Amino acid sequence: MAALEEEFTLSTGVLGAGPEGFLGVEQTDKADQFLVTDSGRTVVLYKVSDQKPLGSWSVKQGQTVTCPAVCNFQTGEYIVVHDHKVLRIWSNEDVNLDRVFKATLSAEVHRIHSVQRTEPLVLFRRGAVRGLEALLAEPQQNIEAVIPDEEVIRWSEFFMVFKQPVLIFITEKHGNYFAYVQLCKSHGLSKYTLLLGKEEKFIKQNFTARVDGKFISLVSLSSDGCAYETLIPLYSNDAENNQRLGRALMLKAVVSGGARNGTTITILDQDHVAVLGPPLPASKECLSIWNIKFQTLQTSKELPQGTSGQLWYHGEALFMLHGKCLTVIPYKCEVSSLAGALGKLKHTQESDSHSMPHFVNWVTCSGYEPESYSTEQSKTLRKKNIEINLQPEVPGAKQLLSIIKKGSEKHIEVELRKFLAKSTPDFHTVIGDIVAGLLERCKTEPSFYPRNCLVQLIQTRVLSYSLCPGLMEIALEHTDVQMLQLCLQQFPDIPESTTCACLKLFLSIGDDCLRDININMESVFDYSDTIQDEQKEMEEQTEIVQNGFSPEDSSCSKDSQQLNKKPEDEAKETVSFPVTSCPVAPKRAALLNAVLHSAYSETFLLPHLKDIPAKHITLFLQYLYFLYLKCSGNATMTLPGVSPPTLSQIMDWICLLLDANFTVILMIPEAKRLLLNLYKFVKSQISVYSELNKIEVSFRELQKLSQDKSSRGLYSIEVLELF
Amino acid sequence: MGEFKVHRVRFFNYVPSGIRCVAYNNQSNRLAVSRTDGTVEIYNLSANYFQEKFFPGHESRATEALCWAEGQRLFSAGLNGEILEYDLQALNIKYALDAFGGPIWSMTASPSGSQLLVGCEDGSVKLFEVTPDKIQFARNFDRQKSRILSLSWHPAGTHIAAGSIDYVIVFDVKSGSITRKMVLDRQHLGVTKSRCIVWGVAFLSDGTVISVDSVGKVQLWDSATGTLVKSHVIANADVQSIAVADQEDSFVVGTAEGTVFHFQLVPVTSSSSEKQWVRTKPFQHHTHDVRTVAHSPTALISGGTDTHLVIRPLMEKVEVKNYDAALRKITFPHRRLISCSKRRQLLLFQFAHHLELWRLGSTGATGKNGDTLPLSKNADHLLHLKTKGPENISCSCVSPCGSWIAYSTASRFFLYRVKYERDNISLQRVSKMPAFLRSALHILFSEDSTKLFVASNQGSLHIIHLLEGNFKHLHTFQPQSGTVEAMCLLAVSSDGNWLAASGTSAGVHVYDLNHLKLHCTVPAYNFPVTALAIAPNTNNLVIAHSDQQVFEFSIPDKQYTEWSRAVQKQGFHQLWLQRDTPITHISFHPKRPMHILLHDTYMFCIIDKSLPLPNDKTVLYNPLPPKNESDVFLRRTAHAFKISKIYKYSGTGDEESEVILSIMASSKPARTIEYPVLKHVGAGRMTQNQTVLWQTHSSRKEKLQVELRV
Repeated sequence: MAALEEEFTLSTGVLGAGPEGFLGVEQTDKADQFLVTDSGRTVVLYKVSDQKPLGSWSVKQGQTVTCPAVCNFQTGEYIVVHDHKVLRIWSNEDVNLDRVFKATLSAEVHRIHSVQRTEPLVLFRRGAVRGLEALLAEPQQNIEAVIPDEEVIRWSEFFMVFKQPVLIFITEKHGNYFAYVQLCKSHGLSKYTLLLGKEEKFIKQNFTARVDGKFISLVSLSSDGCAYETLIPLYSNDAENNQRLGRALMLKAVVSGGARNGTTITILDQDHVAVLGPPLPASKECLSIWNIKFQTLQTSKELPQGTSGQLWYHGEALFMLHGKCLTVIPYKCEVSSLAGALGKLKHTQESDSHSMPHFVNWVTCSGYEPESYSTEQSKTLRKKNIEINLQPEVPGAKQLLSIIKKGSEKHIEVELRKFLAKSTPDFHTVIGDIVAGLLERCKTEPSFYPRNCLVQLIQTRVLSYSLCPGLMEIALEHTDVQMLQLCLQQFPDIPESTTCACLKLFLSIGDDCLRDININMESVFDYSDTIQDEQKEMEEQTEIVQNGFSPEDSSCSKDSQQLNKKPEDEAKETVSFPVTSCPVAPKRAALLNAVLHSAYSETFLLPHLKDIPAKHITLFLQYLYFLYLKCSGNATMTLPGVSPPTLSQIMDWICLLLDANFTVILMIPEAKRLLLNLYKFVKSQISVYSELNKIEVSFRELQKLSQDKSSRGLYSIEVLELF
Repeated sequence: MGEFKVHRVRFFNYVPSGIRCVAYNNQSNRLAVSRTDGTVEIYNLSANYFQEKFFPGHESRATEALCWAEGQRLFSAGLNGEILEYDLQALNIKYALDAFGGPIWSMTASPSGSQLLVGCEDGSVKLFEVTPDKIQFARNFDRQKSRILSLSWHPAGTHIAAGSIDYVIVFDVKSGSITRKMVLDRQHLGVTKSRCIVWGVAFLSDGTVISVDSVGKVQLWDSATGTLVKSHVIANADVQSIAVADQEDSFVVGTAEGTVFHFQLVPVTSSSSEKQWVRTKPFQHHTHDVRTVAHSPTALISGGTDTHLVIRPLMEKVEVKNYDAALRKITFPHRRLISCSKRRQLLLFQFAHHLELWRLGSTGATGKNGDTLPLSKNADHLLHLKTKGPENISCSCVSPCGSWIAYSTASRFFLYRVKYERDNISLQRVSKMPAFLRSALHILFSEDSTKLFVASNQGSLHIIHLLEGNFKHLHTFQPQSGTVEAMCLLAVSSDGNWLAASGTSAGVHVYDLNHLKLHCTVPAYNFPVTALAIAPNTNNLVIAHSDQQVFEFSIPDKQYTEWSRAVQKQGFHQLWLQRDTPITHISFHPKRPMHILLHDTYMFCIIDKSLPLPNDKTVLYNPLPPKNESDVFLRRTAHAFKISKIYKYSGTGDEESEVILSIMASSKPARTIEYPVLKHVGAGRMTQNQTVLWQTHSSRKEKLQVELRV
């Protein structure tokens, strides 16, 4: 998962930010400090964590800075070029840019690139590349022209690949784009022609690149709003220069195709890209992070004041000009795995009833040509109007959609049932469209809530949260816990905030409300039955210690005996001592179990857990503790029932809740006993595990001994290394 | 530092013979050990317990008694009825003399050393006079009915005590008649045994006779009255041996249960002058019968069926912490039993009565430290060559090309031509060996397999030119005038120009093979040489001595090298000097001239002459490979000695499990296959050399069951 954090702005009083934005934001040798170059005369050094400038330098009136200032990581000095040819090098102590080192070059500079652990490289307008040191040794040296006259460098980037600096730049000539890869050590220059789609009009191409093994993965945001990837080989094995490189669609329609300006794309890591631009033609500009691997939108943020269409990222922060302010948005990207994208893996369910995949039916899709597949793919993931994406394949679907727009709830239900009865090849996309249609209508008509239809659709097991993001919100609005339970059980990709909202609702909803609702109880075993037996049993077998835990342990047992003796006096406390009774009603337990089963990622769940009232937290903890006791009560450490919460789920949730709310819980008198019990529990577990660890060591030694014996042959060849 | 492919060989099933007798010589501080197969070994206790001499065994010569007489003359007697004297200079048997009393069970030298007394099967006790070059029969004592199993002189030389079956008798030496006869009690813990064998007697100067017997008792008798003074029951099994200290304040006995008991004469009370014998310390270092014990001034020495020679220092007698303060357990001979053909990857194992030729396996795999590589070809047993006659093999060698095998017994020399035709091997004995090639102490082939060097036990070195299936005697280096000291170790330079030979005590001689003359002599050193080798290219002679010193001597310059001087100046690391097994092989890295490869029983070491020497503060053994340590740390701690102790299997395992022992010490090792098998490992440019280390696996268990019991 990825998330954008709270943004903050840097004062830009000293910067003359024009409408075209800045020349650049560059890293310096200190982690937190960045050089911002405006399009006029000024270079400012910002300390981001302090949100204030540390230094500011300007060139003389009449001069213009023509390329963004960079930091020479080897010396810690800053370098800037003004008036295309004049190079200035200064350090933090220098005050006046006029007095610092100056070198006038014989050719116009396009950009200076600097990355860590190597000297900066100067890229000239005509494509020549020089190391800074070599250039300073002889500033007036002749700079050759590498690219033809009419080509203009549009974009350039600099990488270190296996300690070898590699420079890539893109040139344009009459709407044709060329890529040059310059290997700086071997002075090898390869030229490639980038093939672009026919239909495109090149208003503005936006490039970003990343090194991926032996290739540079060049991602361009095309004017049609899609991101394309072009793989450029680092080491051209062909003698034939000027190869033609095709491109592949990476993300479709990430920004509105018609956007005039202000669209930009940046690769964050191998799985994530950040896109700046309006997602819809009419909408405001948005900063969004997409997962390339799973083609999912991870997070997005609206930028209502408009941007300059520039986006820089350094370390873990994105920089952009938002309105008149330089805005810094820290972000987080977790390593993307399927499990990561879906949150923690769900408890493995019985596979027999789940023949339908959650996302895309790959088998049925494989027959399609890739073009249409990716269209569907991206479409299903986007929150776009269904009209645009409507697929003509299924005539029934079209009709159904139109019915959804106008028809009555009953009518829709009947039609839907009919539709679901027949299976269509691209079932999942159509279902997505139908749900989107239904939700659209729900939004516009508050009274419209086709509950039965939605339940039916969910039960197709095709839907996921990202297919119908509004569904759970609507269910929450209607406090439809049954629907929510269903969603929690079915959707693999519920965001943590929604999970938490569900949890909140489940904990706060009144028992009388629950009484009338039909809830799937299969995850809950009949607590009331066993409670009595359990109690008796426990009294009889106080001596038995199972799994290292004796529920009647030391002072604990005393407490419980006291409780048993005078339950009237301490009726309140019995609630807080959940060994003997389930603290929640079975229906609520079923709902909570659904939450326990749902997938989540700790980082994103924790902040939301803090919003739950302390009273509910305590209740939930009591319930979890109760489940835990039940778990440790038998040898296999499992609960009875069809799909009960597993021990690790219970443990994880207890830890999460305590992590999130510990200070609060500590202050609640009712929770004191609970905490005490938990503490004792942990203590007993620690002692058991330490004993087990001791045994494990002995066993391992035994194993080693037995292995040694068995591996003793009469003859072997072994490797001996002496150090 | 170095990556090696180690061929871990465990199919050399060498089982040393059990120890039958030990005899300690106080004058020279040497220990003679005889084994059940007739082998006699001489250990120099002053030279770090190095086994400096040995006499190969003989099937019919089961030694039952061993003693020093006339200073440093060594005699043995055995069940074939002969008394033997060993020539400790020329390393052969001087003569054998039949005592005409049937099998000899016991022998002892008089306190003055001028007379020998043997006890025979027929019950006779015979007295021999020791003459300067022989022994002469003097007379018989009164004959007894049963065999005389043990004998002891009174320190004054006037009486002797003899142990037989069921009784101990005291003879008057002058008259040869019995003065006392003491009958032993056959009862033990209420059980009467059929007989009571007196395995050992000791006569003390106060007239006390101590007897040890098969009933498990140690008994003290008054020889004047013939009465039992004291009886100690110490074992349920036989007490088989006894030895008394020269001061007569302590004695040691060994039992069939593997226990050694120490008895000491201590005052009855702290102030009184009256003393009595008290059993003070039991030691259990043996797993089987302790057949023999000896008592040196500072240590108890014991040996027995389990083949270990154990030297247990008496801590109260040891004043400084040195070699003598540590318990020693010597199991394997300190000489090479393995030779190796580099070119054909062959190993020749030397057993007492046969040779085995094996071809090493191979692997194409590579791995990291500690990996066991999958074998593409397993090791093959090519040849099993049995000797003719009763004599044990004294030395053997396979030529580097693999097509010659030579071995020698005490009286015959054998040379074989081996032919390899695909999978078949044919063996052809080279007949008509010259008469002078009768016995050899060391055999060596030149690097190109065209020359054979034989160190014979007369102190001469023969050089023989080998032709296809034939040979030609080239030259014989005669020993220096006046000396007959045998040469035990040879080393030849890889270019074939130099031959180094070392005897047991004198310095190392270096011969020029082109001009066939003595080139120089390395200055003599106090301690015997344990290993010799000449480095290729530089022709530096590297010599290891039994006190763990290593010298490097430049043959062309006739002087010690700078490095050697530097080493001597700084001295070796304390831990290096404290190792208790001698270096038995030295070798060189063909690609890295600065490296010297050495090993003893427990460790394999590379000395990198380019690195600084370790001082006593640095860690000598670096058992853990560096993992995350920075280069700086490595550089700081790197020193010349790189030691691996992985291939160490000391014989301390219990008797029921297979005892796996490393006999690298007795083998001729690493030099073998370290011709550069240059293999490129992945992208790295690592050279993988191969080193062969040997391990035996002695299945002593079965052997022990067939133990001779009288």
